[in-house]
Amino acid sequence: MLERVLTKNWEKTNSHKIETYMAGGGYEALRQVLTGGFTPEQVIEEVKKSNLRGRGGAGFPTGVKWSFVPKDPSKPKYMVVNADESEPGTFKDRYILERDPHMLIEGLIIGSYAIGAKTCFIYVRGEYYHPAQVVEAALAEAYRQGFLGNNLLGSGYSLEVFLIRGAGAYICGEETALLESLEGKKGWPRLKPPFPAVVGLYKCPTVINNVETLANIPHIIRRGGQWYAGLGPPKNGGTRLFALSGHVNRPGVYELPLGITLREMIYDHAGGIRDGKVIKAVIPGGSSAPVLTAAEIDVKMDHESVAAIGSMLGSGAVIIMDETTCMVKALARITKFYAHESCGQCTPCREGTGWMLKILRRILQGEGHADDPDHLLAIQGNIQGMTICPLGDAAALPVQSFVTKFRQEFDYHCVHKRCDIESACAVPA
Amino acid sequence: MLSETTRAKILELIQKYPHKRTALIPVLYVVQAELGHISEPAMTAVGELFGLSPAEVKEVVTFYTMFYRAPVGKHVLQVCTNISCMLCRAEEILDYLKTKLGIAVGETTPDGKFTLLEVECMGACEAAPAMQDNYDYHFHMTKEKIDRLLEILR
Ligand SMILES: Cc1cc2nc3c(=O)[nH]c(=O)nc-3n(C[C@H](O)[C@H](O)[C@H](O)COP(=O)(O)O)c2cc1C
Ligand code: SF4
Ligand code: FES
Repeated sequence: MLERVLTKNWEKTNSHKIETYMAGGGYEALRQVLTGGFTPEQVIEEVKKSNLRGRGGAGFPTGVKWSFVPKDPSKPKYMVVNADESEPGTFKDRYILERDPHMLIEGLIIGSYAIGAKTCFIYVRGEYYHPAQVVEAALAEAYRQGFLGNNLLGSGYSLEVFLIRGAGAYICGEETALLESLEGKKGWPRLKPPFPAVVGLYKCPTVINNVETLANIPHIIRRGGQWYAGLGPPKNGGTRLFALSGHVNRPGVYELPLGITLREMIYDHAGGIRDGKVIKAVIPGGSSAPVLTAAEIDVKMDHESVAAIGSMLGSGAVIIMDETTCMVKALARITKFYAHESCGQCTPCREGTGWMLKILRRILQGEGHADDPDHLLAIQGNIQGMTICPLGDAAALPVQSFVTKFRQEFDYHCVHKRCDIESACAVPA
Repeated sequence: MLSETTRAKILELIQKYPHKRTALIPVLYVVQAELGHISEPAMTAVGELFGLSPAEVKEVVTFYTMFYRAPVGKHVLQVCTNISCMLCRAEEILDYLKTKLGIAVGETTPDGKFTLLEVECMGACEAAPAMQDNYDYHFHMTKEKIDRLLEILR
């Protein structure tokens, strides 16, 4: 039996209500921390021991991130929950928000306590209007129970939480753009360093964590960092919510141990490829992650193993493509997204994404030049590493990997002025 | 131009957060809820409440796709065509809506009922092709489902 940690309440009726959550042991970890004499340092130590790594994309060790917050009491500190969830292919945080908001809330309280924050913001993407309402209702319940507000459980620790909705901008998922947005500005990423742990919201020390990351915290406290670390391979603690979409029989969110292979995920859990078709490619970690070919699906899904074959675990969004997929068209759609979402601050990202899209469109329209695939590779190479935020790399890496790994398809389009796949590929508008 | 209740809501929001300007996006939502979109005079009015110039407010309004600067239909139909939906034939859904409504993407039907938009991934890729009618998500769209949906919304 696979251990279900994050999804254990999802099938319960009224799983979003505080009574349901508490009946399953919810808020006991919080009680343990606040009334059991846990110091903030001890919480951080336990989280370090757990080998929990951020679920938002970068996979940074959570305990280490928390320990970067200065202890200096002169400035207020902030905890920010990243519920922007906009990386194409990603939809797992929505399930936590809708089905178990208290797991997140308990986690954010413990996290806020650990870093010494008295104010926390939950930044939810604007489209998640209904999920945001579920979270608002859950926050009200937590306030009524005395888990939020003044002097929590008589511990002397106080915490206020605000939910703010974004308004449609992928870039606001990037942590510093998110902070700008929380300050009531357009979402232009900031240069790092300084890192938000030192200079963040309102120029104060701030920790930004993903929804799923924080939902793990109550379990780590209750059952111990060592137990959590043992669920996954070395340096990859816990289970993970993988969001599977595309050409599989049963797309959805699957809670699986880190280190499971892509093949097991696709065939044993998601029911294999639709209509008996053959798998062609997989994007293992959201649209920014370099694509893998069918020959690479025995990779173990932990940070190091995926990195070793040149891709990344990213947001845990696995997008599966079967043999009917035109890779030129798929890449054009992904590139269109980045061109649209570039904030325009850096020239390589702003111009480069537009140029790549233009070239991909002309290839699809049967007007490609024989050297267009090389142009694409050159342009993406001039974006990588040259920008303020990682969106530039996120736009470049798919181009690099698609063109390199499926070069013959791009060449075929350029030479024959059409697709070699049955499904005619129209141009994304 | 803003009603008393809206003004009261705005003043409450301005007090709510550690820093006043954090209320700007929440306030713009309130304004849009009353007016249906955020006009230039509305930006000026909001700016006055925050001590911001109209240009500073406009810079924010124009950055976010969910703020409309011109009137939209009663139902804003938003079809996702990003990768996972594209793999599940989202284009056919979009094309069908265009034909059925007789409008292009970005346009509103003459009766003011529907605006059609193409949007990026909305976090519902397991239910591709997915779309939204205002804030309501609709999953696994088919032509038949569109027929039914439009029937209900009309
Ligand atoms: C363009 C871009 C978009 C991002 N979008 C998200 C997002 O929607 N949700 C998220 O949690 N992290 C997102 N991230 C990652 C955040 O910047 C940040 O690393 C993360 O929220 C940290 O939380 P974690 O350590 O718990 O993963 C994005 C990063 C980039 C560069
Ligand atoms: S890399 Fe792109 S999105 Fe990021 S700051 Fe530069 S222009 Fe903006
Ligand atoms: S790609 Fe359409 S909802 Fe994610």
